[in-house]
Amino acid sequence: MAELVKLNIDGIDVQIEKGQSILDAAKKVNIRIPTLCHHEDLCVAGNCRVCVVEQEGRNTLTPSCATPAEEGMVIKTSTPKVRRARKDLMALLVSEHNTQCTTCYRSTNCELQDLAAEYNVDNNIYLSVLKEDLEIDKSSWSIEKDDSKCIRCQRCVRTCAELQHVNALAVTERGRDMKISTFMHLPMNEIVCTNCGQCITHCPTGALTERRYYDEIWEAIDDPEKHVVINTAPSVRVALGEMLGFPVGTRVTGKMVTALKKMGFDSVLDTDFSADLTIIEEANELLQRLKDALVHKKDVALPMITSCSPGWVKFIEHMYPEHLAHLSSCKSPQQMFGALTKTYYAEKKGIDPSKIISVAGMPCAAKKYEANRPEMRDSGYHDVDAGLTTREIGHMIKQSGINFLELEDSNFDSIMGESSGAGVIFGATGGVMEAALRTAYFVITGRPVPFDNLNITPVRGLKGIKETSVKFENCLPEYSFLEGVEAKFAIAHGLINARQIMDQIVAGESPYHFIEIMACPGGCIGGGGQPIPTNDEIRKKRIKAIYDEDMNKPIRMSHENPEIIKIYEDFLQKPLGEKSHHLLHTKYRKRKRY
Amino acid sequence: MAEVKELVNELVDKYGRERKSLLPILQGIHLERNYLSKEAMLEVAKQLDLSAAEIYGTASFYSFLDTKADGKYKIRVCKSITCEMKGKSDIIKTLEDMLKIKVGETTEGKRFSLLETNCLGLCDQGPAMLINEEYYTKLTAAKVRKILGEYIRNKY
Repeated sequence: MAELVKLNIDGIDVQIEKGQSILDAAKKVNIRIPTLCHHEDLCVAGNCRVCVVEQEGRNTLTPSCATPAEEGMVIKTSTPKVRRARKDLMALLVSEHNTQCTTCYRSTNCELQDLAAEYNVDNNIYLSVLKEDLEIDKSSWSIEKDDSKCIRCQRCVRTCAELQHVNALAVTERGRDMKISTFMHLPMNEIVCTNCGQCITHCPTGALTERRYYDEIWEAIDDPEKHVVINTAPSVRVALGEMLGFPVGTRVTGKMVTALKKMGFDSVLDTDFSADLTIIEEANELLQRLKDALVHKKDVALPMITSCSPGWVKFIEHMYPEHLAHLSSCKSPQQMFGALTKTYYAEKKGIDPSKIISVAGMPCAAKKYEANRPEMRDSGYHDVDAGLTTREIGHMIKQSGINFLELEDSNFDSIMGESSGAGVIFGATGGVMEAALRTAYFVITGRPVPFDNLNITPVRGLKGIKETSVKFENCLPEYSFLEGVEAKFAIAHGLINARQIMDQIVAGESPYHFIEIMACPGGCIGGGGQPIPTNDEIRKKRIKAIYDEDMNKPIRMSHENPEIIKIYEDFLQKPLGEKSHHLLHTKYRKRKRY
Repeated sequence: MAEVKELVNELVDKYGRERKSLLPILQGIHLERNYLSKEAMLEVAKQLDLSAAEIYGTASFYSFLDTKADGKYKIRVCKSITCEMKGKSDIIKTLEDMLKIKVGETTEGKRFSLLETNCLGLCDQGPAMLINEEYYTKLTAAKVRKILGEYIRNKY
C-alpha cells in the first residue's frame, strides 16, 4: 500500500497517496479548482496558472496541478487573493485571444469561454494584443489550425508526444513570438501528421478543429437530383447523445436514425454492416496467410495487422514504410461502405451512382483524409464524398431544430443497414479482434469461440497493450493445418503503444499472429471526432455502451448477418474473390518519417 | 546535401545520438554553416530519431541559432530598451542604407544578414551590436559606416 499524506483543503481533511497533486486531493473531496492546461490524459505542464491556490505559510500562490500534496498542508482554494489572481490570468489570456466567440465552432464547448464567463472578465483591463494577420491553416483534409485562438497551453503538443508519439506539433520561437507550430511552420498537409485528431479533442479552445463539411452536405440534401446516403459508425451512437442533452454513455441509436431521416438523408445506413463485411474479408485473409505460411511454406508477412483505423494506417506509412506488408489489405469499413454504395446499393436500388452522395458519420478526423485518398475511387466515383465527425452530426441535428431528447426510435434503412453485435464492438479497443475471433474460430472449427457468451474479455479494457491466445482443436478438415496451433493475438490503442508493437516486429521478436491497432486511446469511442471532453472516465462509459449494444443484438457473429450472406450470394460471390479485391481491398504507400 | 549529411554524421559520432546531444550538434552545424538549413535539421532528426518539429522547436528557441538568416556575417543589433533609447534606430537605418536590405534579410551573395537581438549585456555602452563573435559598442552612424566599411573592404 502506498504511503498516504493528510492535508486540509478549505477546512476539509483529505488523505491521499503521496505523489498526488493538491488538485487531485481537492477533486477527492469534491472541490473544483479551475484548470486550463491540465488534462487527465497528459503530464503536468503547470503553464497556465489558472489553478493557483493559497498555501498557509507561503506568500506566493501555488499551482495546484503541479504541486504534490504534502503532510500537514493547509490549502485555501477560494480566497480574494486567489480569485483576483485567476481573474487577472483570465483577462491576460483573453487579451491575446481572438474573442469572436459568436463565429467560433467551439462556442459553448470552450474551456476558455467558460472560465472567462465564470470569472466575469467583462471589462477590458488589458488592451487586446491579438496578433494581426494570423491565417487559419486549412491545408489539411482533417484538421484546421487557427493560431488566433491558441492559448499556448501545449495540450496538443503533449497529446501528440505522449499519447501518439508523433510530435507533429512543437513549441517554436520564444517570448512574445512563441507559438505552437510545425517544422519550419509548414502547412499541416505537408508534415508528418496522422490526422488522428487527438490534438482537437484535447484543445481547450477553437484553435484546433476538424475541417467541417456539413454545409456541403446540407446543399446535397436540398438538391432534389441527389440521393444522399449516410452510414454511421458504431462509436457515433454511443457518444452523440453527449452533445444533445443525454448523460455520457447513453445509447441513442434509434433517435440518431430518426433525426438523420428527418433532416432529409434519403437513406440512413449502418457502417456496422461493412464492419461485418470487413471481418469476413479480414478473417479469410488471415487464414489465407496462415495457410500460406504453414502449408505452402511461403514467405508471407505475419503477424497481420488490422487496417480499419486511418490514423494508424498513415502512422505506419510514415514511421514503418518498410513493413507495410503486415497490414491487412482490407479497406476500412467506411471505405468498403463507400465503394459498395456506388455499386451494389446503386444497382439494387436502381439509382444512377453519379447522383449518389455518400456520407460517412464517423468518430474520427482521419476518416476525412482517408475519404480523400486518391486511390479510394474503386466504384468509378468518389467512393465517400464526405466524412462527418460525431460533433458535426450533433451540430447538424441542432441546426435542424429537432428536439432530440423527445425523439422516437427508428431502425436503419435497408439494404446495408443490418449488422451483428460483432460489427458494433468495432468501436471499442479490442473489438475488431473479438469480432474477428468470433468468426475465425467458427470458420476453423465449426463451433463458437470457447468464451462465455461469446464475450472474449481478455481483449477488452483500457490497458495500452493487451494479449490473448486461442488454441484450435478439432478443426474442420479444410483447416487441419491449424490443429493444435495456439494462435497469439495482441491489441494496441494509442499510437505510442502501436510503436512498441511495431518495434517488436522490426526486431523480429513479435510472437503474435494477428494484431489489432487503433490510433486513438480507447479505440474509436475515443476518436478525434468525438464529443469534447474525452477522458478515461468517459471512454469507459462509452465502451460499456458499446458492449451493451452488442449484447442486445440477436446476431452477434458477422458471418450470421443475413445481409452479409446475401451480398456474397448476389454480388461479391466469395471472400477474397475478384470483386472483393477490386472493391474492398487496397494498397498502401511509403511516406517520409521525418 | 551530401555534405550536410557528412557534417551531421561527424557531429553525431562526436556527441552521440541521445536527445541531450541535440544542442551541441546544432551548434556544431551552425559554426560550420552559419545557419541551420532545412536539410540540416531534417538530417539531425533522422540521425537522432526525433521529429523534425522538435528539432525546429529547439533551434527556433535560441536567438543564436539561425534557421533563416544565412549570411556569412551576421550583424545583430541589440533591441533592448537601453540601446533603443540611446539611438538604436539610427544604427539600424545606417546599416539598412549601406547594405540595401531590411532587418531579417540577407544581402545578395549571402555576405551579410541583418538581425535584431535580445539584450547583449552591454547596456552601459549602448547602442551595441555584434558581427558574428565580435562586439561593437557606443555606436554612432559614423562609427557604423567605418566598421562596416572595413568588413566590406577587408573581409570578403
